Amino acid sequence: MTLALLGQYVMNGVMLGMMYALVAVGFTLFFGVLDIIQFSHGDVLAFGAFVALAVWAALVKLGVAWPAVQLVAVVVFSALATAAVGALVARFVVLPLKGAPSLNVLLVTLMMGTVLREAIRLFYPGGSQPQRFPALLPTTGYDLGGFNLRLDNLILLAAGALLIAGTHLFITRTRLGLAIRAVAQDEETARTMGIDFRAVVLFTFGLGSALAAFAGAMDGLYYNEVYYGMGLLLGVIGFASAIIGGLGNLYGAVIGGFLFAALQTIGAVALPFASAYKDVFAFAVVIVLMAVRPTGLIGEPASERV
Amino acid sequence: MTRLRGALGAAAVAALCALYAWAFLRAESQSALALLVLAGVAAGAVATRTRLLEKLPPAPERLTQAFALLAVAGLCIALHEDDFSLLLVARVLIVVLACLGLHIQLGYAGVLNFAGASFFGVGGYTAAVLTRSTGLPHLLVLLAGGAMAALVGTLIVVPVLRTRGHYAALVTIAFALLFRTFLEVNDSLGGPQGLKLKEIRIGPWRFNDPVELGPFSGSFYLNYLALLLLLLALGWILVQRVERSWIGIDLDAVRLDETAASTFGIDVARWKTVAFTLGNFLAGVAGAASAHMVGFIAPNNYSFGESLVLVSILLLGGVGNAWGVALAAAIVVILPEKLQVLQEYRFLLYAGMVVLILIFRPVGLLPRRMRRLVDTA
Repeated sequence: MTLALLGQYVMNGVMLGMMYALVAVGFTLFFGVLDIIQFSHGDVLAFGAFVALAVWAALVKLGVAWPAVQLVAVVVFSALATAAVGALVARFVVLPLKGAPSLNVLLVTLMMGTVLREAIRLFYPGGSQPQRFPALLPTTGYDLGGFNLRLDNLILLAAGALLIAGTHLFITRTRLGLAIRAVAQDEETARTMGIDFRAVVLFTFGLGSALAAFAGAMDGLYYNEVYYGMGLLLGVIGFASAIIGGLGNLYGAVIGGFLFAALQTIGAVALPFASAYKDVFAFAVVIVLMAVRPTGLIGEPASERV
Repeated sequence: MTRLRGALGAAAVAALCALYAWAFLRAESQSALALLVLAGVAAGAVATRTRLLEKLPPAPERLTQAFALLAVAGLCIALHEDDFSLLLVARVLIVVLACLGLHIQLGYAGVLNFAGASFFGVGGYTAAVLTRSTGLPHLLVLLAGGAMAALVGTLIVVPVLRTRGHYAALVTIAFALLFRTFLEVNDSLGGPQGLKLKEIRIGPWRFNDPVELGPFSGSFYLNYLALLLLLLALGWILVQRVERSWIGIDLDAVRLDETAASTFGIDVARWKTVAFTLGNFLAGVAGAASAHMVGFIAPNNYSFGESLVLVSILLLGGVGNAWGVALAAAIVVILPEKLQVLQEYRFLLYAGMVVLILIFRPVGLLPRRMRRLVDTA
């Protein structure tokens, strides 16, 4: 294998890892505040990608051709709309089931994801077919000894890293972030300290969903295509990443995301069987990891309560 | 005297259900179907409000089962020329059999399995491979399908046992996705195009020939229905025996509180493994029978979405009640096929329905009754 080809694989792996990490951060945030898995997260992501597409189509209709304006509008509107959907799911589906068995919450969010997915397929014009996603970023490439490093990929990576770092700073350095951490640590005590529990939960769901919208747009820009079912696999992979890393831990989510992408890349490149088995390999490793470390690499500290 | 009244009540309920199913399957016009749906919903609402089922004099469980069996058999005979309706009934029976597997896992032991369709698929693919390459008798092939599903299940039993809650859900979800991808990329199993299967033959009895018994003649589906009814009756007896025995009590204890169960000397890992394996076995048998009847299998039939449908049937019926499972399976299989408006929106409606049920009636249509360890009557 040439160095250039290796570089291409690594670049692809890093891009995937960034997307998975963004999704996993969402899962881990939701788990932090409510101790639940928001399984429709992947489909919220697909929703974000389709909002981005719709905003772009509307801008083209209106005659706005300046790419920078298009880009900003697409990102801002899709983040806002997706944050709203995430908060609505939390308000009307997740919060009413607070205190119900965790199986019910898992199922209700899984089914909510199906509702979103099917709604995209049925109600977006031509939604049952993959839709072309426009290239909004400059596609200039730099040739590094046969390996083509593209500017748009670099921008996406930098933006993703900034978003994750920004989320981390927000959680650790601001008053609202402090409120989120307080709710995550102990809901009752947080309430007695005057924190508006419901507002914090809704905000957290909005924040996580906005990150997912960015991951969805990133996926669309990277592959030049979005598909109504794209969220299912991305959601499960993001969930797997968050779990491998250990739920409720931001670093764990990022590590898990990149680890899963690394597994897929290794499965595609370095193993003796056909590269089509890369997902089989990655999921098999996840299952084995769960057998060895049942609560993730950075395990949950809580012991069993009797 | 009360026994007689109980028996009469059970017979009446079974006959009414069969009559309703017959009318529903035979109805052609969409407006008639809509009326029947409304009537069914109204009857269900009234029965729930007045607690009719609880007020009926208790009938012996065996008698109720026998009446249900007779009702389904009678329904099949009444429909003997109608291929499409018989196919629907057969699919309901298959789905009930597969869901009984999940019912043992989730309803009794509390083991959540999001890969039900995968184990169903293991059964189907095993049947396809065995009938193509060996001359194994077809009844044994059905058993082999179940055994293979149970065996494949043991591959993930260790992570299933070691993980809890969300972590456990990940294991079966990852397995479901892995299995589907594996089928799609594996050329020796037909890849995305899938495989074809032959009919079932038992001795001189060819299942794809029309039924001719003296003056009576009927669709070839009656062959499969007879076999499926037999399989389902056996599966049902198994489930019922498990529930009524001390094994069922142990499983209940494991589901309700693992820590408490283990302090009373119940081996949690052992019973979870037993329930998981037994459940996968039933799903595998159902998958093998289904593959033979349809004559064709492809990875698309065994996707994660199908597994979700199986879990929603359990939830819709009421987790832990086999009768609820049967009712929910009939609704979920037949309703979208008959009401064409629903066809396109099927998954949207299932999902929306489950969301609403979980929010407003989390116990399901027919919730499980409290176990009565001492006969107070």
